[in-house]
Amino acid sequence: MRSTELAKRNLKEVIRDPLSLGMAVGLPLVLLLTLQALGGDGAPFLTPTLLTPGIVLFGFVMVMFSSAMILSRDRETSLLGRLLTAPLRSSDFVSGYSLPYLLVAMAQAIVLMTVGAVLGLGSAGSVVLVALVLAAMAVFYVALGMILGAVLTVAQTSGAYAFVLILTIFGGAWFDLEEIGGLFITIGDVLPFKHALDASRAVMADGAGLGDIAPDLYWIGAYTTGAVVLAIATFQREMRK
Amino acid sequence: MIGKVVVTVHVDDPVAIRATGLAKRFGDHVAVAGLDLTVEEGELFSLLGPNGAGKTTTIKMLCCLLRPSGGTASILGHDVRTDPIAVKQVIGVSPQETALAPNLNAWENLGLMAGLHGIGKQRGRRRAAELLEVTGLANRAMDKVKQYSGGMQRRLSIAMALVADPQVVFLDEPTIGLDPQARRGMWDYVAGLKGTTTIVLTTHYLEEADALADRVAVVDGGALVALGTPAGLKAKISGTPVMMVEAPNVTDGALAALRRAYPTARVVPAGVEIEGDDLSVYEIADCLRPFGVEIRSTSIKHVSLDDVFLELTGKELRE
Repeated sequence: MRSTELAKRNLKEVIRDPLSLGMAVGLPLVLLLTLQALGGDGAPFLTPTLLTPGIVLFGFVMVMFSSAMILSRDRETSLLGRLLTAPLRSSDFVSGYSLPYLLVAMAQAIVLMTVGAVLGLGSAGSVVLVALVLAAMAVFYVALGMILGAVLTVAQTSGAYAFVLILTIFGGAWFDLEEIGGLFITIGDVLPFKHALDASRAVMADGAGLGDIAPDLYWIGAYTTGAVVLAIATFQREMRK
Repeated sequence: MIGKVVVTVHVDDPVAIRATGLAKRFGDHVAVAGLDLTVEEGELFSLLGPNGAGKTTTIKMLCCLLRPSGGTASILGHDVRTDPIAVKQVIGVSPQETALAPNLNAWENLGLMAGLHGIGKQRGRRRAAELLEVTGLANRAMDKVKQYSGGMQRRLSIAMALVADPQVVFLDEPTIGLDPQARRGMWDYVAGLKGTTTIVLTTHYLEEADALADRVAVVDGGALVALGTPAGLKAKISGTPVMMVEAPNVTDGALAALRRAYPTARVVPAGVEIEGDDLSVYEIADCLRPFGVEIRSTSIKHVSLDDVFLELTGKELRE
């Protein structure tokens, strides 16, 4: 598969940029350890089981940023223009750019979950179900990175990263949304972040099953599918202006 | 049920690139205004024109990177609008920018393009090794290309266009930033491809087009201004010979005397330039010597593609 050749190149770019890779895995890890230490004071959402999924989702935002940056940089240096003269379809380009970052997201999630487990994280429900939710969100974030990278400049990408990071506040990883209520809950309900966090927390803390988290999965599925379709469409547009 | 049967007949057509009325508009701006071109297989065809003439836009349409606003174009019979994958299968492109993967080494950059074109690992490696030798990059092949000089990056960029053995190659300003020696080496290599590979070359270096191109298309304002062989284009405007007389101290009196014999005589920085069919060095010397003018040399000025462009469009090509 020719998209594999592109994926190999992008994976090399990730591996050969140790600072970004270290930030992508290291920063969420530091955050997990710091917040977990604070959790000793009794804030329930800071216990490893409730905190770790939020940290994993936070880490995905950094992966989104990296994936957007490489694409944006390739556009600005005209490397993308050269690559687009190769006989690949838009879906090949999306998978070639996405797969390495999905691998990074997966590695990041495994490291964080493992450290979370050492700190006392446990799952009352199916681990596979949690993995499904997180995998869908990883695809969503990387696809979002593709969209941003395909339309924004390198400088604009940093701004977009900050904006997405702010939006994730409505996921409820850093504080209890129910306590604030009102607009925060309304906004949180129409974005995928809260649904992803609610679903993974419900499975891990309460042992919820597929049926229990189905409404959340619909939201996550819709956002992820929409992001992938939009990423392919954006690439199609980029290929034939 | 009777199905529709489509039979494709491949006629032996020597045309590699055919563009008819090819046009591109960006809003109100017309970048390419109905270009008609045919490039034969194995031909080295050069597109000349000042910045903004529409050269790169034309190449981008032929490479399926820009959708034409009007007209049609095909590469080896594959329509650029309806069959872009087939077009991309047979082309190689060296864009105006070096367009490299900075954290990969030269070997990996070449392998990337070979892999994307699906030419097979063994063949890709062989071609990459060959091109690294030709471009003089073999001894730096394992260094990350972001550590390369501009000239080295440019050489690698050209190699990346050629690594998949394309039948049609587009070289957009390929030798910008190369030193004269490297440029000459690249010319030799590109010239060696003539006959087997169709090459479309855009350049600002007129001597490059003059030395390499079988035919030249002069474009300006998105339109074709002239088309022909370099010699043919030069012949069109070289009806009257021009003699250059190198003389540092041409006085007004000397010029007046010369003009009585040759009314076209005019002073230029190096001396005097005279246009005419019956020019005599002896007669010119007889006109100038009484005024103490020292004639250092005389020569017949050859018409260059620069002159062709100036004559056709009234513009300098290197603006």
